[in-house]
Amino acid sequence: MTPWWEATREGRLLLQRCEGCGHLQHYPRALCTGCGGTDLGWQESAGRGAVDSFTVVHRSPSPEHAPPYVVARVRLDEGPILLTNLVGDADWHCDQRVRLAWRTLDDGRRLPVFEQE
Amino acid sequence: MSVAVVGAAESELGVTGKTIMELQTQAITGALADAGLSLADVDGLATAGVSRFSATQVADYLGIRPAWTDSTFAGGSAFEMYVARAAQAIEAGQCTTVLISYGSNQRSARSRSLAGVLEPHTPETEFESPYGPLYPISYYAMAAQRYLHAHGAKREDLAEVAVAAREWALLNPRAYRYEAGPLTVDDVLASPMVSSPLTVADCCLVTDGGGAIILTSLERARDLRRPPVVVLGYGEATTNTGMASAGDLLEPGSIMSGRRAYAMAGLGPQDVDVAQLYDSFTITVLLTLEGLGFCGPGEAGDFVRRRALPYNTNGGGLSYCHPGMYGLLLLVEAVRQLRGECGPRQVDGAQVALAHGTGGILSTHATVLLGVDR
Repeated sequence: MTPWWEATREGRLLLQRCEGCGHLQHYPRALCTGCGGTDLGWQESAGRGAVDSFTVVHRSPSPEHAPPYVVARVRLDEGPILLTNLVGDADWHCDQRVRLAWRTLDDGRRLPVFEQE
Repeated sequence: MSVAVVGAAESELGVTGKTIMELQTQAITGALADAGLSLADVDGLATAGVSRFSATQVADYLGIRPAWTDSTFAGGSAFEMYVARAAQAIEAGQCTTVLISYGSNQRSARSRSLAGVLEPHTPETEFESPYGPLYPISYYAMAAQRYLHAHGAKREDLAEVAVAAREWALLNPRAYRYEAGPLTVDDVLASPMVSSPLTVADCCLVTDGGGAIILTSLERARDLRRPPVVVLGYGEATTNTGMASAGDLLEPGSIMSGRRAYAMAGLGPQDVDVAQLYDSFTITVLLTLEGLGFCGPGEAGDFVRRRALPYNTNGGGLSYCHPGMYGLLLLVEAVRQLRGECGPRQVDGAQVALAHGTGGILSTHATVLLGVDR
């Protein structure tokens, strides 16, 4: 599903949109989980949402992750939930409003993360 | 239901220095001896966690050629699913005698990774692993954080689950923490944080271990040496592999698996005398008690504090044994409670037992109801 990652290079967070029923989903798939249709397009997210839940990770699973850092489920205002990181200093709590930020990866793709709104 | 459990055994537990197949063999020979049966009687086999072809591998190792096998891979809930599949296979006449077995040397082999197992082609590896979640801990941690937020609960409510588990473990000489002494809420809160709000003491053990049970028709079970433990009902629910897939972290699949099992058995939570609930983490128990209807949403903390139901009577994954997948040992303890073999930890007059397996990240749920032969 390269279009999703390619869009991140331009700082655009895409959600997959079903042309049949309008359902929005993340992660991208070859079919719509709402209606089973396979005619799918893209819609850009406004990048606003709320923290469904989060956890501060204190042990590193691999060298590229230096604890402590925050892993979270963010529920976008458009509906879909993303696993992501929360960045910046904040006293995080569930239902807190957040907005899209970006972390650049080594190959130029960017990873959508979220910061306090 | 016309199928019963007729044999049950554990392997060596803890830090064993044994191989997976040695632990499997200990459990299998133990369960056969318990049942008064031999390998020649076994014509059905279900197991997981051995290799890509787990049941085939174990059949080859045992030198048997089963008429029925199952290696459904559903983490810690697989073994409760095998009970359902085995009962169906026996009732359908596909086989007569099913062996369900498991063994893991994860502690001795140091085979556990904080990131879990990443398969390059899966959406989780592409879209979730870049964020560095610990698998499975961080998912349960997020469920716990949401639970605390939604219900105004406190970390003390989580900690009490670990305290209760330790109380039972102190009554079970096979428990890893048998000689560790009591645990307090303060001990749990002061343990090193792993993935907030879960500390080391909110997480299950990492040990070796294994077990086996044997099922056959109830009619035949009545002629064997042990009192039959009857399969009364079962139910399953499969919900997610991704950490972002579930719409509501507080509505796990145990709600549906429990309802399905109760409906089949014609029973409800009020009929359960003793429960064995997969306690991968303290939050898992709170969600499962509520999911299975033992108490209402947000009430499990108080329910545990009141010790309102005897559950995890062996000390659970938190204080007894957690060999990677713990689901088989839930069944072993349920069987022993119904046979009245549990000594100081025996629940007096237990007639109905519930075993609930949870796999992955609240991904798969399987509930089994067992009862004494009436």
